[in-house]
Order: sequence, then structure tokens, then C-alpha cells
Amino acid sequence: MNLNRQDESVDLVIPDVQECLHALRAVLPEHCILSRPQERKPYECDGLTLYKQMPLVVVLPETEVQVQGVLRACKRLNVPVVTRGAGTGLSGGAMPHPQGVLLGMSKFNRIKKIDPEAAIAIVEPGVRNLAVSQAVAQYGLYYAPDPSSQIACTIGGNVSENSGGVHCLKYGLTLHNVLQVRLLTLDGEVMTLGSQAPDAPGPDLLSLVIGSEGMLGVITEVTLRLTPLPESARVIMASFDDVETAGQAVADVIGAGIIPAGLEMMDQRATEMVEPFVQAGYDLQAKAILLCESDGTAVEVEQEIEKMANVLKKSGATRIEVSRTEEERQRFWAGRKNAFPAAGRVSPDYYCMDGTIPRRQLAKVLRAIEDLSRQFGLGCANVFHAGDGNLHPLILFNSENPDEVRRADKFGAAILELCVQVGGTITGEHGVGIEKINQMCVQFDRDTLDMFLSVKRSFDPDGLLNPDKVIPTLARCAEYGKMHVHGGQLPFGDLPRF
Amino acid sequence: MIDYRISELSQQVMTARANYRPIRIIGADSKGFYGNPMRSSDDAVHVLDMRDLSGILMYEPSELVIRALAGTTVQELETVLAEHGQMLAFDPPRFHPESTIGGVFASGLSGPLGFGYGPLRHYVLGARLLDAQGRLLRFGGEVMKNVAGYDVSRLLAGSMGMFGAVVDVSLKVMPIPEVDRSLVFCLGQEQALEICRQFRSSAMPVKAAAWMADPRLEGMNDCGPALVIRLAGSKAAVDHARKRLGGQQLTTDVAQAWWTALKDQTHAFFSGRPLWRLAVSHATGPLPYETGCFDWAGEIRWVVCDDTPEAIRDVAEGAGGHATLFRYADVSQIPADGVFHPLSSPVRSVVRRLKDEFDPKGIFNPGRFVVDL
Repeated sequence: MNLNRQDESVDLVIPDVQECLHALRAVLPEHCILSRPQERKPYECDGLTLYKQMPLVVVLPETEVQVQGVLRACKRLNVPVVTRGAGTGLSGGAMPHPQGVLLGMSKFNRIKKIDPEAAIAIVEPGVRNLAVSQAVAQYGLYYAPDPSSQIACTIGGNVSENSGGVHCLKYGLTLHNVLQVRLLTLDGEVMTLGSQAPDAPGPDLLSLVIGSEGMLGVITEVTLRLTPLPESARVIMASFDDVETAGQAVADVIGAGIIPAGLEMMDQRATEMVEPFVQAGYDLQAKAILLCESDGTAVEVEQEIEKMANVLKKSGATRIEVSRTEEERQRFWAGRKNAFPAAGRVSPDYYCMDGTIPRRQLAKVLRAIEDLSRQFGLGCANVFHAGDGNLHPLILFNSENPDEVRRADKFGAAILELCVQVGGTITGEHGVGIEKINQMCVQFDRDTLDMFLSVKRSFDPDGLLNPDKVIPTLARCAEYGKMHVHGGQLPFGDLPRF
Repeated sequence: MIDYRISELSQQVMTARANYRPIRIIGADSKGFYGNPMRSSDDAVHVLDMRDLSGILMYEPSELVIRALAGTTVQELETVLAEHGQMLAFDPPRFHPESTIGGVFASGLSGPLGFGYGPLRHYVLGARLLDAQGRLLRFGGEVMKNVAGYDVSRLLAGSMGMFGAVVDVSLKVMPIPEVDRSLVFCLGQEQALEICRQFRSSAMPVKAAAWMADPRLEGMNDCGPALVIRLAGSKAAVDHARKRLGGQQLTTDVAQAWWTALKDQTHAFFSGRPLWRLAVSHATGPLPYETGCFDWAGEIRWVVCDDTPEAIRDVAEGAGGHATLFRYADVSQIPADGVFHPLSSPVRSVVRRLKDEFDPKGIFNPGRFVVDL
């Protein structure tokens, strides 16, 4: 079952494959070009397997000069280019274009420079997220953003999606930890955005590029800010009788002036799902559990843990456990970090949503999701970056059953629209890609979407870099038929919708 | 009422645009000295005064978010935040008691604490923009994480009004730290820079570190040049770092006054002209210019010198950064290509196209940020 939603690309002439291959061979060695169907097949989708599309050709360049050659050839032949890192993205941002080149950056996997004193690392985009932390650990440093896919996902992809992770409440998202990016335009020209100094001259183009999903240029180098490894870290696991109380406890912790190193929530459905998989020791009686981490010097952590535990108790935690050893801390986290694979064990397929909401709306949103779950007849487990309001409902379904696929898709869309209605956003860290392009019509009015198209044109006047993603056309929004929700206000806000 | 005022401003924009009159966006006009002079004669300019658009629209302490209209004073914001034990961690310079958040946002400046807490752009969550067509566009939002569409609100931060008038901003706020201590070390620039080298890679809670050749610290007249280090965080972490660093602790009042004089540039050093700000990479050694002050543990150098702009820019670029002519005595000191570091040709092309898309007639603050845009 395949749910492709490609916009009609009216001005694209179907390129001549032979002409395209000929142009690519002029700039790339033969082993960097994959043109046979069985070679191209692994690239037909990213981590969002609901959407698949075979690319015209796959190229895996090894040098920046080769990337420049590919881009110039594509410009000349008017062929779209979709850039791909490790393909772990969850919104179809790296789904190939049927008439386009899939530009794989996996061979750009060198760490070019580590400066321990300045706490920076200069890396190529194909370097894996975790590999950075491993390489700099010897200097007492690490790279703070830690998306759950950090074993596999690459820095280039992280920059393109502005990835977060469980520690970003305290240490920030990708955008807070990237100092500089080297970006190629479709003309093959090099732009250096940002700097190693506190700021860079001119408007902040670096911020535009971070999270731009490969639509503004091709990244060939990234300068990362590294963070000192904390001397010590411990995590509290707190149980709650209902999700409202747990949500209030999160507000109370932050209201007490504490910024925990991590603050995550899982509902009962999620703990029941992961416990058999990882044996994290979660309280399966609890309706929700919170993981609340402190890091710093040993004394600091001890005091903060005590302070947090007191707040949590006062807020109605029914049980509190504190990790005593590093192994135990890792075990508590293992459940959270393995929520997605665990979903894959209890259900043939799962569909991960990524809305962000103002935290005060949590209880309302979770209740509505429960109703939707019944309405669509599909299970849903919730894991939640509670500190920053980023919700990951995991919809469980079976892709062999076309009706379930359609229901999962509609269920997901309904969750995203719900997030917009309560003043949130359709994506906190996974990106819009192709998956959430229709919901962009709900979140933004036409004028704002047009300004996004303006930004796109400013970087990519030819419109060939990852075309037809992220920003919906007027026609698409009209066809989708959903209204933009103004300022978080639902039209007829008092009407029950579910 | 707010909507009425916004529509009034929108009318002004459309009228000015129809009459080809450039628009100068102002708040308290406390940063009129900053940036290039506007490229037009004063009598042709329409002044778009944002001060009537003032007030906090939303503040949720437990969500660490505040949203305020552009004309709200920094003073008001910081007072309200402090009542809830919170603050603007990027430490915005005021330069004037009436300084507005819109002005702070548009100029993109952060204060000494920006070293440890991160600059303004780290705290931007959303903004509404009054564009050249008089439309109100909303970018970003009030949530911490948001990757729907391009991050235009951060593009607007620090863009000196070149893309339009920012009507309101949403910012992430932070808790005021439990303990905040400033330590003084009487020593010269070279030694001070040497000490500061460790501050990016150590876990000590160093939130600010600045050095002055003539610090004028109250009650410390015999000190000479001095490095002041500001530690903030939990008591345990601050105490731990204090033991490691040594130095002499300043009283809260003296420390507060000194950091404010540095941030708002009321310290006598900042009256020198032309005043250059060089932003350089961490652990850069002494520059070939007499430096009166460094901030951000040496990543920002304040220099009063008469060398050519080209030479000063070369020095900054050689140190991985860029140079800005921050204050000048008169316009004759301004380089032909403006007070800011020139952009590379491909970056310039993108910026030009962005300007053409947002403001095709070039009515907003012409030349203020990029000389011919």
C-alpha cells in the first residue's frame, strides 16, 4: 500500500534518462551512479515507508566538486534533486522524485576537525549523530541533540530537519548547536552561513537553512557546538494515576525554576508496549510515567534530584524511583528511546506523529486522541517530550490492510489538525516532508505559505531542490478543503468535533 | 484596540508605499546610531512609530514563553518576568530606559550573558510581521519546537527591519538562576584571554566573562585592568566553580552596575570613536589593536582605532569572524560599503532576492542593514 501525494509538476519535461546518465557520468565515476532498478530500490523511501517512489537515478558522490557537478548538470537538464542522508527521516522529506536524481550524501562521512578547547567539531553531513559524540568523548565533550535514531541518522539530515531529542529542553535543538553550514546552491556555488564567532554578518540565513528539508541547498559541511560531558547524571521515574496530574507535575517542575536535562512522559499504553521489549522496570499500573533527569556535578545533581522529587511528590506522584547507577539510568531511558521499535514489535506497522502543543493543553489533547483512537478503530500509544510540548502519538496499524492504512492516515491527519487548533504546530522535529503537506494548509494562511514560497525561490530560483515538498500549492490546499485555523481559534470552537 | 492600531500602521505602510516614501521603523529610537544611515533624505521619510503597540499578549511562566507587542519596553518585560522568577537570558542591551522589545529583536543584539545562555536567536519562537503590502504574516508560534515551514521568525531577528515591521514577538524565557556571583581578577588582556580559553569546554557555570583595560570597578581603584567572571546556576555548581577559579567576589550591587554599564555601553570606554566590534572565534589570542574591552570570554572585542575598515575586517576575518563599525563620530567614518562586514557574492544574491520578495519597492529601512538594499 502506497500513499503518494505528488503535486502535478506542470513545467517539468520528463527527462531523457540516457541524457541524464550521460551528464552524470561526465562528473562522477561509474561506481557512484546507481541506475539499475534493483540498485535504486533501497532508496525508494525514507523512514516513512507509507510513501514510496523510485528515483530516476541515484548518485553517491564522494567529493564536493562531484556534488557541484551533479547540481550543475541537474540545473542544465532541468532535473529535480532530492538530497538524502541516512534515510531515517519520518516525514518522507527524502522520498525521491520520479523524474529526479536522488543525491545520497552517505559517503561524506569524515569528521574533519575537532577543536576541544573551542568545543567545536567540523564534520561532513554524512557523519552519524552518535559518531560525533563517540569521537569527542575522549575530550570530555559530546554533541547534545540526541534524536532517538542517533545511531543511524546523520548530521546533514539533523540540520535539514532541525532535529531534537530527549535532552533538548536544556541543551537545545539542532539550531542551538550548529554554528556554521557550508551550503551549495543549484549553481554549485558555495555559501558559508553562520560562523565560529558569536554571530555572522547579514540576515540570519543559517536559521532559514536549518530545518529547511533540503529545499534551499545542499549541505557539504557543518560546524557543531559541543557540550561538556556532565560529571554525573541521574533520572527520576515518577508514576501518576492520570495524565492530567502528570501534565500538571511537568508545569510544576518548570514553575519551580528547574530546567531538567530531560523531561519525558509516556502513557500506560506506551509503557505496556515497551516493558516486555526492554524490561526497563516501568510501573505498569501507572496511567502515565515521567522521566525527569538532572545532570551536572555530583553535589548539584543530588540537590536537584531532591528538589525535583519534592515537587513531583507534591504534584501527586504515586511512586518515585531514582536511578542509583549509570546502568539503571540507561535502563530507565532505554524504554523511552526504544518506544518506536517496541511499537514495531506489538504491531505490524506504526505511524509516528509529531505535533507540538502548549503544554497546558496536554490533557485535552490526550483525551481527544483517545476518542479518535476509538473512532478510527486503531490503537495509539503516546510518548511525549513533555518539557517542550512535543507529542509523539504512535498509531498502530497493519499495512497489509488497505483500509487500516487509510484509517491510520486519516487518524494522523486528525491529530495534527487538533494540535493546530490548540495553538500548536503540526511538526516539532520530524519535518513536513510529503507527509504533512496537506496540514500546512491548516496551520498557515495563504499569504504566509506564499512567503515560504518566496524564501524557496530566493535560494532556488529554478525550483529543482526537493520540489513539491513542505509547502503546498494553492491547488493542493483547495483540494484538501481544510480551513486555516486562525490564531489557534477553531471556527465554531464550541462545537464538539470528535 | 490592538487590531485597530495594527490596521492603522498597515494603512500607513500602504500609503507610504503608494507614494514611494521610504519607511523608518522606530521604537524608542535608542539604537538609531546602529547600522547604516538610511538611504534617503529625512523629509521624504515616513516614520512608522511602533510605540503605541505595547503590552504583553501572553505569558505562561510554566511554559517558559512570553509574547509581547513590539513597542513593549524591555523594562516592563523584565519586571513582569522577574515577578515570576524568570528573565530574558540573552541579556538584551537597552542603551536607553525606554528601549523596546521590537527594537531589541530587530537589531539582534545580545548582552554579556549571551555567552553562557546563548544569543537572541536561540530564544526566538515566533513573530508577526507587517509586510510591504500591509499584510500581517505570522511566523513560528508559542511552542518550543516547531519545524513547520521555514524559520522566518529567526530570519527577522536581527534583520534591522529590512523585511518589514515586526508587530509582536514570542520569546523563550528562562528561570533566574538560584545564585549569581561575579568574581574579579586584576590582570592584563593576555592573561585574561588565557583564562577564558577554557570556558567553552568546561562544565563550570560561566555565564559571562568580560575584561576591561580601565574597568572602573567601584571600590577597586588599585586593580588596573580586570577580568570579571559571572557564575550563575545552582549554588552547588557556582560554589564548586568559585573554589576552582579563585578571584575576589564583587558585591551584588557593584557587579550589577558594572555589567549594566558594559551591556548598555554607559561605561566611559564606549564614548571613544570610531568604536569597532570584532566578533571572533573562541580562543583567539590578542589582536594587533589596542583593545579596551572584550566580552563573551574574548569572542567579542571592542576596539577604538583609526585603522582602515579593510584592515580591521581582515583582522576579524583572519580570526574566523567579522567586524562592525558599531559607533562613529560622523558619517565620514563610514566605509562606502557600510558599517557591517560585506557579504560574499552568493550570500548577497540570496539576500537581494529575499528583499525583493518581501519588500519589492524597497520601502522598509532602505540601506540600513545592507547598503544598497
